[in-house]
Amino acid sequence: MSRIAGRFADLAARGRTALIPFVTAGDPDLATTVPLMHAMVASGADLIELGVPFSDPMADGPVIQRASERALAHHTRLRDVLDLVSRFRERDPVTPVILMGYLNPIEILGYAAFADQARAAGVDGILVVDAPPEESGELVTCLHQAGIDLVYLLAPTSDETRIRTIGAVASGFVYYVSVKGVTGAGHLDLTAVDAKVAEIRHLIDLPVGVGFGIKDAETAGQVARLADAVIVGSAIVGRIEALTMKPELIPAAIGDFLAGLRAAIDASDRSGRS
Amino acid sequence: MATPATYHWPDARGHFGPYGGLFVPETLMRPLDELTRAYERYLQDPEFLAELDLDLRDYVGRPSPIYHAERWSRELGGAQIFLKREDLNHTGAHKVNNTIGQALLAKRMGKTRIIAETGAGQHGVASATVAARLGLECVVYMGEIDVARQEANVYRMRLLGAEVVSVKSGSRTLKDALNEAMRDWVTNVDNTFYIIGTVAGPHPYPAMVRDFQAVVGREARAQMLERLGRLPDTLVACVGGGSNAIGLFYPFIDDAGVELIGVEAAGEGLASGHHAAPLCAGRPGVLHGSRTYLMEDSDGQIIETHSISAGLDYPGVGPEHAWLKDSGRARYVAVTDEEALAAFHTLTRTEGIIPALESSHALAQVVKLAPTMRRDQAILVNLSGRGDKDMHTVAAREGLTL
Repeated sequence: MSRIAGRFADLAARGRTALIPFVTAGDPDLATTVPLMHAMVASGADLIELGVPFSDPMADGPVIQRASERALAHHTRLRDVLDLVSRFRERDPVTPVILMGYLNPIEILGYAAFADQARAAGVDGILVVDAPPEESGELVTCLHQAGIDLVYLLAPTSDETRIRTIGAVASGFVYYVSVKGVTGAGHLDLTAVDAKVAEIRHLIDLPVGVGFGIKDAETAGQVARLADAVIVGSAIVGRIEALTMKPELIPAAIGDFLAGLRAAIDASDRSGRS
Repeated sequence: MATPATYHWPDARGHFGPYGGLFVPETLMRPLDELTRAYERYLQDPEFLAELDLDLRDYVGRPSPIYHAERWSRELGGAQIFLKREDLNHTGAHKVNNTIGQALLAKRMGKTRIIAETGAGQHGVASATVAARLGLECVVYMGEIDVARQEANVYRMRLLGAEVVSVKSGSRTLKDALNEAMRDWVTNVDNTFYIIGTVAGPHPYPAMVRDFQAVVGREARAQMLERLGRLPDTLVACVGGGSNAIGLFYPFIDDAGVELIGVEAAGEGLASGHHAAPLCAGRPGVLHGSRTYLMEDSDGQIIETHSISAGLDYPGVGPEHAWLKDSGRARYVAVTDEEALAAFHTLTRTEGIIPALESSHALAQVVKLAPTMRRDQAILVNLSGRGDKDMHTVAAREGLTL
């Protein structure tokens, strides 16, 4: 069982919804990322999504675009991101880490070489925003050989056929994009999300995470009622942006924010079971 | 529409050999599938094609003529040069052939809002034009740097009722405008049709835009046969994303004796690194929904490009050009800003035709090529646009402010 599957099985046994924070590696600098990852785990993160900066993040809203630009301003490369994961693993051998990014940096390194290096670094899963199942056959093969999960997005526009197509290749969990839009986009329609998550659960036997548009403890608690994992990105990255001039304050500040989300999710989990 | 007999790209999933494809976020997969089905349906639909033909004739002014540049041919002392006059189209470039087609498709699909990206502004103007005519809301994304260097076209778009959004992310040029248009589309996919202006992007755009632009090559092929009783020896067209080049080349692809030459922007020279020539000096990767040649660094980050011509200032290229390069059917070269400018002035003074800076790259290649050919040979160049929009750029180069 992969580290991701093991973590979800353990959470399910405890009736706990996963909290998955997203941060961009190297934002605002390489030195901040590893302490930040440890602080997030200490504040209740169950898995971590680490963004690989890319020059043309076409699925991201302005907040995560700017995080990519900050990381690229000091040339954060894919191999630096893998190095950060290795360093995180020195102190945390259990928390699953998922890299999230775009295909081109992986394509240039080569799928097989990337899979080997990612496994050696301690990466558990990969989410490639612009590599749908139709285009990722070879990547899937390389990652599966390396024991790395390939996490896919599902969207409000994904119909039954597409959900089945993705269910056939996805592993670890699936990530439901709760709104039509880019990361950090606006209003969450909980009724619509509930219906779609139910449809996905019916068709795919994997945990379902929900992200895009979760801005605060209140929405995190609401989403926890319907999902196996609550994924929060722009709300965290926006707080990092406000502290780029004082990066030493970032781990504690993000830890505090996550603790609030965690408490709301835990409260939701308790009421959901009663 | 007529297609070449022995050439069948792309395949059913939008691949040209290893290039092309559908590299997009999940949210766009179903809308792109719907678009593919609509495009395949309407390009077989006699009523749709009749409406398209009528618009191309009465609104765009097609067919555009072929002009024999006799004086210029004489001065170069080699092959006879013929210009396909896409500069005479309504809105001043080949771009409108495609926007008319896609806007008619948008209307058939019940979309009420169109969005577009633009570099030089020609595609933005062409999109705003058809939106005005069809009563569709129109938003055009344009990099902040291009907004500054193409202000006349920005004003034209606003006159036509379009909202022009100045894009301030990344390198603030065409590639960033494309990113922003994609983000808009992901968000407003229910009522919005994204009119991509070139043969790039995810399937079906490279094939669909080619098919709408192929009217250029179909006309030119018939016109040359009528004029010369034979086909030209060589076709030359500039390549940014590559829509005018594919439009000209495609109907000649089965004509093995016709040489196809695409001309990229060498900017300050290929060796300087300041250029926009992915086919000549880049390597394959994935950007904006397809696999193709890109300008990128060793870590797969897209690098900033340079060209005097905003319409060629793009780090990728249509995937079909990548395939035509690898398969050897077409040859790709690059000319510098200086060479393009010299050709701009030469055509203006010799033939009384002011070409767009984009098209001037193709003309600069003709300057090199024609003298190496015999006087009974013929070169057909796609004069893809007129130079009115470039007055400020050329004047500024000479130290003048208009």
